[in-house]
Amino acid sequence: MTDPYASAPPLLAARDLRFARNDEPVFGPLDFAVDAGEALLIRGDNGAGKTTLLRVLAGLLRPEAGRIEIDGHGTDAPARTRALAYLGHLPALKADLGALENLEFLCGLQGRRRGQSSDAAMRIVGLDGYQDALARQLSAGQKKRLSLARIWLSPAPVWLLDEPYANLDLDGIELVNRMVQAHLREGGAALVTTHGAYAAPPVRTRELILERPA
Amino acid sequence: MTAPLPQHSPRMSVAGNAPSLWQAARALLARDLRLLWRRRGDALQPALFALIVVVLFALALGNDPALQARVAAGVLWVAALLAGLLALDTLFRGDAEDGSLEQWMLAPVPLAWLVAVRTFMHWATTAWPLLLATPFLAELMHLPRAQLPVLMTGLALGTPLLSLIGAVVAALTVGMRRSGILVGLLALPLYVPVLVFGAGSVAASAQGLDPVGALLLLAAGLIVATVLAPLTAAAAIRIAVN
Repeated sequence: MTDPYASAPPLLAARDLRFARNDEPVFGPLDFAVDAGEALLIRGDNGAGKTTLLRVLAGLLRPEAGRIEIDGHGTDAPARTRALAYLGHLPALKADLGALENLEFLCGLQGRRRGQSSDAAMRIVGLDGYQDALARQLSAGQKKRLSLARIWLSPAPVWLLDEPYANLDLDGIELVNRMVQAHLREGGAALVTTHGAYAAPPVRTRELILERPA
Repeated sequence: MTAPLPQHSPRMSVAGNAPSLWQAARALLARDLRLLWRRRGDALQPALFALIVVVLFALALGNDPALQARVAAGVLWVAALLAGLLALDTLFRGDAEDGSLEQWMLAPVPLAWLVAVRTFMHWATTAWPLLLATPFLAELMHLPRAQLPVLMTGLALGTPLLSLIGAVVAALTVGMRRSGILVGLLALPLYVPVLVFGAGSVAASAQGLDPVGALLLLAAGLIVATVLAPLTAAAAIRIAVN
């Protein structure tokens, strides 16, 4: 993929990235770059390695080979944590804590964007009035919205969103698209995995299609 | 349903607002204390278990103060050890299952630091109630009062060491579905030296010997474990979470 913005290094880039589980190749070698203000849509069938790719980028899995660059610098997993916010399949919510308490904890752990309050983020994701509801009482879609509030509050410029549309209603899908759009407008980047059934956010988008290794 | 998104200053200029070590630790401590309070019945279980063990021993040994005094230190140590073991499997399992550990790993603070804070909470919740009750339990077991300071010092040094060793074992088994028995089997041989020196210090002082040597060994072990155990446990968690 040629880089039209060659003057500035891409926000996130993978070079010759490969991952194998028990010597079975899962994906790669992959080369891609995501600039500030861009979204990378990662498509592929079930089992193609979309989630694995995001987990490798996040630093939860160690790549077999290759480099992951942030702002043009090669990084290891701990160095990437400041730049990345990860939305995975597991909500990381404690069932016995309230929605706001969960959000406050995760922000305390991962940092918070300046000038952002948890209450405002709860309003944005449409959970106003659920501040004190225990996480166990939230529906799957509401848990997803709470996770989106965490991503919104994260100071990281690169969002890794693994199936962000899953469990969400139409309004929620629209919310994800608006959040991604606003984030990109401010100079962030987003990597979004999807199996293609949902509308992509209306932003400058690159596409990466993963196929199951033969 | 959803509120409109406000305009922000450009994100890229927002840098360096990652939490400090203390902020992250405070967030984790606050969360654990809240969870502890919400499930206070479960949380008290280890301490209650230790209490029951000691009281049952006192009753079972009958009206023989001399015999009770001889075994008192050993019984209290075993009770403290088993109480810690009981809570070990829950140390990281809940956080592994709901994805919290993933977010710990993605936090801009070292995983080992978070593991250390969590282990401190394990020690505080299982050992502190027991340490507070020890003077009374020692009285119940007819432990000579002169030996109480040795017992208390030994427990104060030994219980955090047990929690740190236990954290490594819990981290090693966190990737397995059902590991109840494995945690015990792995932890037991590692616990034995702590028990030997801990209960041994009281036995030595009962025979009129100097208990300081055994206590210093416990202190040395605690220092080594404080440095190495969180790092080891963090490495084990990184392997388990994938």
